[in-house]
Amino acid sequence: MESIISYKPLLAVLIPVLVIPVLMSSARRPNVREAWVFAAGFIMFALVVSMTPVILAGHRIELTLFRLMPGADIAFRVDGLGMLFALVASSLYIVTSLYSIGYMRGLKEHGQTRFVSFFALAIASTIGAAFSANLVTLYLFYEMLSLATYPLVAHHEDATSRISARRYLTFILGTSIGLVLPAMIYCYHVTGTLEFSTSGIFAGQLSKPGATVLVLMFVFGFAKAGVMPFHSWLPAAMVAPTPVSALLHAVAVVKVGVFSIVRVLTGIFGVDLLGAFHLGTLVMVIASITILVSSCIALSQDELKRRLAFSTISQLSYIIFGVAMLSSMGQLGGVIHILMHAFGKITLFFCAGAIFVATGKKYISQMKGLGRQMPVTFAAFFIGSLGVIGLPPTGGFYSKWHLISGTLEAGQTVFMVVLLLSSFLNACYFLPIVFQGFFGKPDDAPVNAPVTVREANLCLVVPLAITALASMALFFFPQMFVDLIVLGLNL
Amino acid sequence: MNHMPAILVLAPLSGAFFSGLAAWIKPWLSFYIALAATCLSGVAAICVLGDVMAAGTVQYRMAGWAPPMGIELRIDPLNAMVLVLISAIAFLNLVASARSVDREIPDRAPSFYVMYQLFVVGLLGVSATGDLFNLYVLIEITSLTSYTMIALGEEGRSHLAALNYIFIGVIGASFYLLGVGYLYITTGSLNMQDVAVILQQIPGSSSAVLTAFVLCILGVWIKMALFPLHVWLPNAYAFAPVGFARVVAPLMTKVMVYVMVRLMVTVFGLEYVFNTLHLADIVVWLGVIAILAGAFMALFQTDLRKMLTYIIVCEIGYMVGGAWLGNTLGMAGAILHILNDALMTFALFLALGNIVYVRKQVAFSNLQGLFAAMPWTMAGLVLAALSIIGVPPTCGFFSKWYLVLGAFEAGAYHFAAALIISSLVCAVLFFKVFEICFFGPMATSHGHHDHGGGVMTEAPVSMLVPLGLVSTAIVAAGVYAGTIVNTLILPFLQ
Repeated sequence: MESIISYKPLLAVLIPVLVIPVLMSSARRPNVREAWVFAAGFIMFALVVSMTPVILAGHRIELTLFRLMPGADIAFRVDGLGMLFALVASSLYIVTSLYSIGYMRGLKEHGQTRFVSFFALAIASTIGAAFSANLVTLYLFYEMLSLATYPLVAHHEDATSRISARRYLTFILGTSIGLVLPAMIYCYHVTGTLEFSTSGIFAGQLSKPGATVLVLMFVFGFAKAGVMPFHSWLPAAMVAPTPVSALLHAVAVVKVGVFSIVRVLTGIFGVDLLGAFHLGTLVMVIASITILVSSCIALSQDELKRRLAFSTISQLSYIIFGVAMLSSMGQLGGVIHILMHAFGKITLFFCAGAIFVATGKKYISQMKGLGRQMPVTFAAFFIGSLGVIGLPPTGGFYSKWHLISGTLEAGQTVFMVVLLLSSFLNACYFLPIVFQGFFGKPDDAPVNAPVTVREANLCLVVPLAITALASMALFFFPQMFVDLIVLGLNL
Repeated sequence: MNHMPAILVLAPLSGAFFSGLAAWIKPWLSFYIALAATCLSGVAAICVLGDVMAAGTVQYRMAGWAPPMGIELRIDPLNAMVLVLISAIAFLNLVASARSVDREIPDRAPSFYVMYQLFVVGLLGVSATGDLFNLYVLIEITSLTSYTMIALGEEGRSHLAALNYIFIGVIGASFYLLGVGYLYITTGSLNMQDVAVILQQIPGSSSAVLTAFVLCILGVWIKMALFPLHVWLPNAYAFAPVGFARVVAPLMTKVMVYVMVRLMVTVFGLEYVFNTLHLADIVVWLGVIAILAGAFMALFQTDLRKMLTYIIVCEIGYMVGGAWLGNTLGMAGAILHILNDALMTFALFLALGNIVYVRKQVAFSNLQGLFAAMPWTMAGLVLAALSIIGVPPTCGFFSKWYLVLGAFEAGAYHFAAALIISSLVCAVLFFKVFEICFFGPMATSHGHHDHGGGVMTEAPVSMLVPLGLVSTAIVAAGVYAGTIVNTLILPFLQ
């Protein structure tokens, strides 16, 4: 393996930041502003893609920005895992930007310039987190992301968003300062380094109780991953405009949380240490509880976005669950779920937003018969649901397959039951929406009234069609991403 | 001989004299003289820092008299850093004061500038001198000028605050003087280096030395407002004119922390402080209590300015606790925090000054809609607040990093916990303020209706530029924290 020094990771992070002053100065010309958003999005995506062949060839791209302390610099290192996450985030950013135009203009939202500016800052932080070479850099971007999303959650500036934003920040910032920060400094105190390494950074300096406490501090401390009981910020954050819920609270923010946990488990502790102390099983139990409990809660939610939020909480724990399995099969299935779930869930959120813009409806009970009116949207919703449940022909099948095989391989029947039960629950809370949408009778409309097709505007429909198709494409062509994970985790 | 160390202190001293004289001709002249004098002092400070980094400690004999008889300015990496900090903050604050002093104390502006420069002379002198008695005199210069400038503030309340400060300040200074007296009796010298050498030959069990140490440290603690000796600080800083609060809040307490570090490291020696005496554990606990007490008292304030003064009390706990952890990391963290906390507090008070300039009152209820009205000021305030909370890459994160590492190494987990808790409390404090600034009154309606209705009423450029520069410095000090520790702080501690 060869390390290549390149400024590309830095550029990919900087471009969305540098474009912010331009966005602000073109506040009065929305079309120009949006053109800049796309320009930044495409350049960033191109930069990420241009690094992919190098990573696939088994090399790493590195760049040290500032020397802070030995073993803890502000530095980038692009490996397979980071590349996978950056590809997901940067490609979906472009799609979401298109969607935002349709959504924000369709609803004549206020503060659109503030919205796109902080959105750009959020995506820059996400890419930064993906490319972090060590825990300090990761923490830096993690915090940057928390702060950049606060104005987005508080966007509506009313009482509900005020309380939700407060809860958002309390959970996210409280855990990262209260748990992750001391745990991180303790790791540095013990080992003198925070560089991610596939064999872990500890060399027998930790006792079992110490390691357990540290693992728990990290798993709960990265509360963006929504591990219960630190999950309730996510349903609250659904007050944000739907593009935020779609990209940030289904992909970027929550997956930065999961990504951080994956990095810490595989890069700081290492599979061997976790296996020796049986900590993998502990994390799997915690994840299982979250998977099942939040799936059950999702069943009872009538507000579509809240149901999606609880589904996200459960799906995020799949990833942690898979990685904590510590076997190649489990880790592959878990990490690739970052990608598969991203495309499935963003489609679902896009649909929720499109329904809201077209009809003003946000409760599932109001959506009976809506599928005949919005066939494309509901078809995409169906595909997205399949992706999250884990059925073919969507990419979600691939991750579920590997997760279940992983539990079978290790003979952990109980955990296999958890996965199957959860998939069943997923089907229970998604498929009725689709069924009622196409075949249900609207409560307020006369029977047999003629139904006209009235989709939301194109800016909303095109993105959700793209992500739905991509979700299916991933079923057929997952190989490149599998290679990235195998390289990244040294499986 | 290189006279930069002398120019450093003498520039504002003569500036004070000429500012007073010039006011007879034209009152506005005194401001420009002050500006030129602090600027000159800043340039000299940077030159001295350059010399120290190139050639090691700089010794300057005032009027050529040799120590221990004559007064010696002795500048090593530690005080070179502090001197640059003081002169830079004094200069930038003067730039920001051009408009605010005219508004707050229009009739006595020239006297303010005279006192201001004398105050700066005191701070620079305290940091530069190598003589214990000289240090006392200069501390008194800073204190006396502080009393007068605090009393220039709000009618009535500021007078009481100043009086309170005088009483407690005099007690603190007397303690210190008494301690120096004991040292003089035991060693027969007042020069720090000289005293340090003589002290090594005196057995550690000497009760005179112990008394001297305790008295000196107590005096300094009173002056730096270590909880529970802090009672004078919140009112004094909250009711002083903004032009003075902005400089005294970041500098006065930090310079006193510098004096404490100087006494511990240079005069008495770390060997004596940590191995002969067994006070370290108690003092770290005092630091913990100061941190928690300051943070929680800040929680109960309903006025931005009062809240910030209690945060100073909290931050003092960081530095006292860190310095007494008994290891290099803790001491390095405390020293780094002198720099970082001065920058953060200065930025906070600059932003506060801008808000006061526009809104007059800074009770929380007056802060509504500030993000729309004063976006640049708020950007500075947010950055400084993030630094206080300890979010990377601001400098506050890195002082916390070193302090917590030091705490782990010393096994002082209670100190690490206090640091983390105070971060959380500070997050609550500041986001409470930001929420009010962002949302305005608790409204139930959706925000569509009055978008863009907020009219920008930003502070004058002369007040924004210093804030911008300090905000940049906060990030720069964070990003280069490792370099600062390696090139300035560790060489001093070795």
